[in-house]
Amino acid sequence: MKEIILLKLGEIVLKGLNRKNFEDTLLRCLRRRLAVIGAFQVRAAQSTIYVEPLNDAIDMDETADCVSKIFGIAAYARACVAEKDLEQMKIAAADYLADTLDGVQTFKVEAKRSDKKFAYTSPEISAAMGEYLLEKFPHLTVNVHEPDVIVTVEVRDFGAYIRAGLERGAGGIPVGTGGKACVLISGGIDSPVAAYMMAKRGLELMAVHFASPPYTSERAEQKVVELLQRVAAYSGRLKMYTVPFTKIQEQIREKCKEEYFTIIMRRFMMEIAQQLAAAKGAQALITGESLGQVASQTIGAIACTDAVCRMPVFRPLLGMDKEEIIEISRRIDTFDISIQPYEDCCTVFTPRHPRTRPELAKVLAEESHLDSAVLIEEAVQNTVVRDIQKE
Amino acid sequence: MKEIYLDNSATTVVCPEAAQKAIQMMTEIYGNPSSLHTMGFLSQTEVDKSRERIAAVLSVNKEEIIFTSGGTESNNTAVFGAAKALCRRGKKIITTAVEHSSVLAAMQVLEKQGFEVVYLPVNEQGCVRLEELSQAIDSQTILVSMMAVNNETGAIQPIEAVRKMIDRAKSPALFHVDAVQAFGKMPLKPKKWGIDLLSVSSHKIHGPKGVGALYIKKGTHIVPLHYGGEQQRRIRPGTEAVPLICAMGEAVRVLPDCQQEWEQMQTLNAYARQRLSAMANVVIHSSADSMPYILNLSAVGFRSETLLHHLAQKHIYVSGGSACAKGQKSHVLTAMGLPKEYIDSAIRLSFSRYTTREDIDYFCEELENACQTLASSR
Repeated sequence: MKEIILLKLGEIVLKGLNRKNFEDTLLRCLRRRLAVIGAFQVRAAQSTIYVEPLNDAIDMDETADCVSKIFGIAAYARACVAEKDLEQMKIAAADYLADTLDGVQTFKVEAKRSDKKFAYTSPEISAAMGEYLLEKFPHLTVNVHEPDVIVTVEVRDFGAYIRAGLERGAGGIPVGTGGKACVLISGGIDSPVAAYMMAKRGLELMAVHFASPPYTSERAEQKVVELLQRVAAYSGRLKMYTVPFTKIQEQIREKCKEEYFTIIMRRFMMEIAQQLAAAKGAQALITGESLGQVASQTIGAIACTDAVCRMPVFRPLLGMDKEEIIEISRRIDTFDISIQPYEDCCTVFTPRHPRTRPELAKVLAEESHLDSAVLIEEAVQNTVVRDIQKE
Repeated sequence: MKEIYLDNSATTVVCPEAAQKAIQMMTEIYGNPSSLHTMGFLSQTEVDKSRERIAAVLSVNKEEIIFTSGGTESNNTAVFGAAKALCRRGKKIITTAVEHSSVLAAMQVLEKQGFEVVYLPVNEQGCVRLEELSQAIDSQTILVSMMAVNNETGAIQPIEAVRKMIDRAKSPALFHVDAVQAFGKMPLKPKKWGIDLLSVSSHKIHGPKGVGALYIKKGTHIVPLHYGGEQQRRIRPGTEAVPLICAMGEAVRVLPDCQQEWEQMQTLNAYARQRLSAMANVVIHSSADSMPYILNLSAVGFRSETLLHHLAQKHIYVSGGSACAKGQKSHVLTAMGLPKEYIDSAIRLSFSRYTTREDIDYFCEELENACQTLASSR
């Protein structure tokens, strides 16, 4: 019996003339990500994408997990393929769904017939299938209002597909359809979530991380690698740029007033990130800021930070509570890594009383004590790049 | 004189790769994995590698693996941890009459604490009947604990069917599998089979003693047995047994393809059965569809211990039943309904990848000799 995965497209179907582009990008993305698992035929027809394994050794659990994390897919289902013959469909359903049906008490059958040449109508298919399954699984009863499981039979052009239920997909739009952006990632809970959310809106990612040895350790950096590996399960592979940041932090601490430390540091981060981003073809920055969460995330602080930015800064978490952010981080499996307690560049030299309403003029005056251009150039030049893909 | 070691279900010889790794982790990378410095980091990296390898064999995520001190601790953590976590949902626990002592003894403690424990009987093959399980599970059932493979007979339990029964009964039960004898020898699919907790051990697969692991499905809450530091998500605090854990990882890394080894064991097992069945007083207790690594038999008329010691003089090492039962009458064979004279004379052979056909020949010859020279116990 042949098992395949059916993917239902998300909001791509609403795109007018661009729809073909979106669909092609999604298909390319699917083919690339599935190639790691094995050989598949991936094709689109009738608003559905068919993912068909080309040999029996392919792990369909892994395949389902992989497609569940690809943006642009609203829902997916594992299904078995049967010939368009009612008897064969019944036998295939009983065989394929045995495990599922053994684990429930009630069910109903829904039939969809898009191939109108098929000899039976949808109600006829449902009735025949329901009767057969009741006979094969005597413990079952039919419940049309609140069934434990819905058995769906779709009779389409290429064959009949039988499945139980439909899983929610990752949603969003395909990665790469929206251009490329650069996420500033520290190792906390927020930035991986921000990266995930923007990838969901079709952006390809690159990541910049600031390391301050010996104030931060190799563990902090390893933590970021692991976080990005989790993000990569959704966004696809990406490059991580690790910027040596010790000297800049030491200089700010030495030459600027303590209360401005964080704001100046963040301006440096933005400047370095946008230089790297521009060099690698990214058109925007992404940060995990949530308004009012800490002193550097107030309107005033964001205004001072953004004053250095020449590209748009996307802050998808701006209006979210910590609890909401944590919920997403748990869902994308980054939470447990994020809470490992290592010092990161943002917690080094934190001022006792940071400015919550900094004025740009004063920030600039403080910053003028530094040889910014030289410091930045040195940091950019010594940046180390590594390739990140999902584990 | 050559040693014939046929007691691999009790424990196995440590493979050279694992032993080497333990030495390296004791003498070179000896840092505490929780230490922040480089030595600690390296040590943690190695522990993580081992965790990943075990996770890979089970097709699960590495965060779902907790290292323990072995099968007994894994089983105790799972059974007590699940019972405590779910005690407000119900008090009923289902297990089988043939579990390892580390599950059965834990169940007895829970019974004293007010839990109702159902011990499912087994058939003559040593297997649980699914109808009985299905009848036993109800909405008050909070835990089903069943071994994958019996340690005395090799009987394979129908673990892949249990989750469906739990779901059908709309029970909140967690499903624990003691997979100590099965791990590394047959495919285990905790995700596919809806297993929440799964115990494995290192020293049954040519790793060192004193280390094992427990798979805890993501999102499954169990109450820990130990309290202390932040290690292993606080489910199993305490500095990780780095040399043992990493040696276990190596043992897992060098595991041969399990299907190939299974076939090799089937050949050995069939050969042993064929030779033994030619002997008049030998009865084989392991059913033909048992795991081929284990062969339980009786040379009727001779007590297990007498035979065991006699064979040991010839440097042949077998066991009476489970090593953990230390010579007590086998509860497993009793549950299978075997007559007393079979139980008293039961011998367990257990094979490994290092067992050869010659080993079996030698064992059979010496068993025959023993039966001719020893005084029958009657």
